[in-house]
Amino acid sequence: MADAAADPREAAFQAAIDAERSVEPRDWMPERYRATLIRQIAQHAHSEIIGMQPEGNWITRAPSLRRKAILLAKVQDEAGHGLYLYSAAETLGVSRSELVEMLQSGRQKYSSIFNYPTLTWADVGTIGWLVDGAAITNQLALTKTSYGPYARAMVRICREESFHQRQGFELLSQLSHGTPAQRAMAQDSVDRWWWPSLMMFGPPDDSSPNSAQSMKWKIKRVSNDELRQRFVDMTVPQARALGLGLPDPQLRWNENSEHYEFGPINWDEFAQVLKGDGPCNAERIRVRREADAGGAWVREAARAWAVKHKPRSAEDAA
Amino acid sequence: MSTAVVAASDRYQYALYLGDDCLILSHRLAELAAHAPEFEEDVALSNLALDLLGQARTLLAYAGLVEAAGRDEDDLAYGRDDREFRNLLLVEQPNWDFAHTIVRQLFFASYQLPLYQLLADSQDPTLAGVAAKGAKEASYHRDHARLWTLRLGDGTEESHSRMETAVGALWPFTGELFQADPITQRLVAAGIAADPAALELVWRDQIDQTFAEATLERPVELGVRQGGRSGLHSEHLGHILSEMQHLHRSHPLATW
Amino acid sequence: MNDRSSWPLWEVFLRSRRGLSHQHVGSLHAPDWEMAVQNARDLYTRRGEGVSIWVVESAAIHASDPDDRGPLFDPPADKVYRHPTFYKVPEDLKL
Repeated sequence: MADAAADPREAAFQAAIDAERSVEPRDWMPERYRATLIRQIAQHAHSEIIGMQPEGNWITRAPSLRRKAILLAKVQDEAGHGLYLYSAAETLGVSRSELVEMLQSGRQKYSSIFNYPTLTWADVGTIGWLVDGAAITNQLALTKTSYGPYARAMVRICREESFHQRQGFELLSQLSHGTPAQRAMAQDSVDRWWWPSLMMFGPPDDSSPNSAQSMKWKIKRVSNDELRQRFVDMTVPQARALGLGLPDPQLRWNENSEHYEFGPINWDEFAQVLKGDGPCNAERIRVRREADAGGAWVREAARAWAVKHKPRSAEDAA
Repeated sequence: MSTAVVAASDRYQYALYLGDDCLILSHRLAELAAHAPEFEEDVALSNLALDLLGQARTLLAYAGLVEAAGRDEDDLAYGRDDREFRNLLLVEQPNWDFAHTIVRQLFFASYQLPLYQLLADSQDPTLAGVAAKGAKEASYHRDHARLWTLRLGDGTEESHSRMETAVGALWPFTGELFQADPITQRLVAAGIAADPAALELVWRDQIDQTFAEATLERPVELGVRQGGRSGLHSEHLGHILSEMQHLHRSHPLATW
Repeated sequence: MNDRSSWPLWEVFLRSRRGLSHQHVGSLHAPDWEMAVQNARDLYTRRGEGVSIWVVESAAIHASDPDDRGPLFDPPADKVYRHPTFYKVPEDLKL
């Protein structure tokens, strides 16, 4: 690999990053910076799109009309977030078509949390509370990411996502203070989703090979471990407010560090799910592929009509 | 202006006609979340579903109020069996493919828009209020369906063929849109309800214009299937309700 | 270029109720301008955020940046995004 100092643009680029200047679509950037961003933004977008499935699973069964409306709006927001992020990725010169193809072929990933099944209504609340809570922790940090379009998408997403987390908390609160069956449903849900939520932040930074470069380029602003700790510290008191336990006997407040200590994470499970052997991996991709294949005739028809009726578009002229 | 006394039970039933139409159609649209032909369309279809759900909630809450038996929107949505539902047969038809979804939308929104425009002058302030807000939404829904009808009708051979199939499948349910049963007739006389028969010409006009541009044909006479307004539904409603009501009914004492 | 849908890319500009000018808010795919406006309304004004919507095909926008930012700025390319729209992700890229 060429010595960075040999290309004066690399040094100037790093200096701009160090000075907290945002990188914009028309700026020169190292190819690896661009590739890293494309992958990260795309995988973030794919996560939003795939995330529609576990939650969408409960729309038709929502137990009240108000909850149905809230959940519909949430899933709609996720589609919208996916679109904001694909939009940011496209400023880097990749087409959405290509990105979706890479999702569907498995070349690009999505957050492995969505490979877990939503078995009960309580899971809808837990996803809002824990999964969106974890996502917000990560996304707040990303509002300061070095690439302008990505940072701006994050600001927009964070604003919309705080509503989701509150709704999830409220849903669970209703359950945890409800009938015995509802309380049991809520506790069972949290027992299943707690550890996968902690895994959302990724492996410890010392086993994350590309963290260092991502931090240097300010794509990543805060380490995995620190984000995970922030999340735990924020969430434990919330669990107490809900009257729900967390499935970790080692969870305790440390007076000295002023953080919550927690037990060991099963990174083997994480690796397995990441590899494709989680409970819902195949299902999530199958649904995505079917929607894509099933929609092909629609997309083609729309394009055919446009060519017939509006032939003077810039694309057709090109 | 009529000074006829309006029976609460008539008003209750009418609110169910309108509310159940919105509830069931909203449900059908909600089934498509994460399955739309393009992500932008996921957002669009959810918008339609949310608008209709909002209308349904207001109308069902009002029905409960009028009934004065202590039932709220959820009691009515989740506690009634299929024989007590009052929606049009059209709205319970399945999303066999996107063409069916769009044709169903076009037929319904082209009916709901003039309905709400008339109903905005209702002597009943609640219904007038729902209609005034709903008309704006129905207008948007109709536009969305119209745009897609053109593109699918006059797009590719495959899309045209699928649209023809969808029109054939859904046309039988179009007659029911304009039927005025005795309850509706009484309410029309009292200045409460919009006369469905008065909607037919506007509806036909809209459909004909859109179909002409979309190179689609339609039968001359309206369809003859009916029964929804008196609770006799197609087999589809039972399945919709099983899914929709199961969790709520499994926990009779719970609030959510 | 992968032709999965071949819906062109559109840039969306919104002028909010109290705004003085249209601001760029992002992009979306649509088969033609009518659907682009409708999609933009659904995507970017769901919370009543905007009143006036402009959509422009990305390919129709020509750009030139008057600020010379030294070694980070190449001679003006006329595309609104620097890169051509067919970047191929390397197979062997490990991240």
